[in-house]
Amino acid sequence: MDVAAAPRPRTAKRWHPLVITISILRLGGIGINTRFWVSIGLLGAIVVFGLLGPTLLGKRDPLRIVGGLYDPPSSQVWLGTDNFGRDVFTQLMYGTRTSLTIGLIAGAVATLIGVAVGTLAGFRGGTIEEALMGITNVVITIPSIVILILLSIAIASRSIVVMGVIIGITSWPWTARAVRAQTASLRAREHLDLARLSGAGTVSLILVDIIPYMLSYIFMAFVLQFASGILQEAALSLLGLGPTNTISLGIMLHWSLLWEAVRTGAWWAFFPPTVFLTIIAFALLLLQSSLDELFNPRLRRK
Amino acid sequence: MTPFQRYLVTKTAWYLLAFVLAVAANFYLPRLIPGNPVDALVARMAAGGGAEGEALRRIYQLYISEFGLDRPLWEQFLVYLGNLARGDLGTSFSVFPAKVSDLIWRALPWTIALQLPAILLGWLIGNALGALAAYRGGWFDRGAFVTSLFVSSIPYYCLAIMLLYGLAVALPLFPAGGGYSYGRLPTFTWSFVLDALRHYWLPFLSLVLIFIGGQAVGMRSMAIYELNADYVNYARGLGIPDRRIVTYIFRNAMLPQVTGLALSIGSLVGGALITEIVFGYPGIGTLLFSAIRQNDYPLIQGVTLLIVIGILLANYLVDIAYGFIDPRIRAVQAGER
Repeated sequence: MDVAAAPRPRTAKRWHPLVITISILRLGGIGINTRFWVSIGLLGAIVVFGLLGPTLLGKRDPLRIVGGLYDPPSSQVWLGTDNFGRDVFTQLMYGTRTSLTIGLIAGAVATLIGVAVGTLAGFRGGTIEEALMGITNVVITIPSIVILILLSIAIASRSIVVMGVIIGITSWPWTARAVRAQTASLRAREHLDLARLSGAGTVSLILVDIIPYMLSYIFMAFVLQFASGILQEAALSLLGLGPTNTISLGIMLHWSLLWEAVRTGAWWAFFPPTVFLTIIAFALLLLQSSLDELFNPRLRRK
Repeated sequence: MTPFQRYLVTKTAWYLLAFVLAVAANFYLPRLIPGNPVDALVARMAAGGGAEGEALRRIYQLYISEFGLDRPLWEQFLVYLGNLARGDLGTSFSVFPAKVSDLIWRALPWTIALQLPAILLGWLIGNALGALAAYRGGWFDRGAFVTSLFVSSIPYYCLAIMLLYGLAVALPLFPAGGGYSYGRLPTFTWSFVLDALRHYWLPFLSLVLIFIGGQAVGMRSMAIYELNADYVNYARGLGIPDRRIVTYIFRNAMLPQVTGLALSIGSLVGGALITEIVFGYPGIGTLLFSAIRQNDYPLIQGVTLLIVIGILLANYLVDIAYGFIDPRIRAVQAGER
């Protein structure tokens, strides 16, 4: 993920008209920032829609039946109804909220475990490192979708929090691995010796002298985990193993596939959640790649 | 023992551990279901009025002995391992007398036929595109990079749904799902193969586009990294023609891409479960979907086990191959563990 590159050799630049137009459009080196702002804009719109939508447009029960099977959009139901006659627009708002919440919990849990394991292993070294990394490598090779499927069928009633946590506990190893490598490279820094001499313990050293130095890195890992958490939830829900008694973007897709919304042409039932998932995934990837370049100037390509 | 042998042994041991843990999870987690799966099944069968009295009792006995539910947990695990060793994955709940392994064998060829060509073609095109984008730079790079990034970020099932709607419903160019026309039976005749091919293109397209995007993004960043490396600078200084340098870059950037290919092939079984569900394609994904809906635990366990075996095997082979190919990794690993 983190590609440390040597400066690119300067080659003679040819000033093609197209190149000039593009560089004017980019306003000098703002190429990164456009990507950053586009992703922030997309994500912001979706978060506002999911979090504030229900409050602004009046709370409605997304599971309430308001119409018939696949009623087309009208002034009453803005995005039509689904297979049970429920309002798709309301479902979209609450579903977005559920998916974002699950992604957030999964990302937080995965990042927390990953950072704890990674810093401890990288900082302590020796047997602890070998043991922790051994566990990490074992967990990494066992495909998470398998554990997710098995856990989901074992837990009959899955709340939003439970879904977030089980996704989180199956996806931490990548973060742990990356954080360990970062910690190992920080371990030899001088300010750590200074802190050690003043008697700081392991926990304090990790919290005060290691984690702040790779906060940007941890944040990027979190963004990735957040995105993959949302997609994992959608995949599980599509398989019929999503959170129970609620609605999420994946569950909306699950029902529209089971009730043949795609083949009967009821686009309002499946198109909105599909587009939302695509936008969320794309925006988070864009954000991650722009942050990558922002924090690591050597990746910028002029 | 030479360091290389030690590397082989430790790798093998770690993978065996991972395998045992995965099998244990596969065995234990479905047993956490309140009550036990057999009670749930028999209650459902009785409620559905399918089987009664004596027949029900015999079905119950069969599952109890197959699961070994009348014995302690560790003994059940040994029974499970013994059955696995004989290739016996148990009897399906939902398609009652059918063996799980038979159901899986029937679905697996469809999944492989769908995914393997998609992975290979996507890999070839994606890598060529990525390398070209990195080398050419400029507007071509920007265009190809942003497009690839977008395509690869689309969740594969979302692309599948959009393609199905766009090219089979709104604009009916392709049949709207299934692996073959309704009412046909899978046979090895020309007319059947042609019919299956017609149903093949859309799911294939949905997979290949995503693979191209993902590979292109990966190859581009690898190639840019290599383009910046000292040896390229040095080679340029020596006046070696660009074409030669490109071959050096390509070979160095290829290594991780080859690994990626091997891992994609290993994860092929579980890699696109939902594509098959979207298109109603008769592969492992559709099998798993109906198993989950009908609480067919033996069938679910069979599929998850198959996914695990594929991925662990691919990872293991890649690790071993790396040990052969890349002396640095061999040395580091042998020194570390």
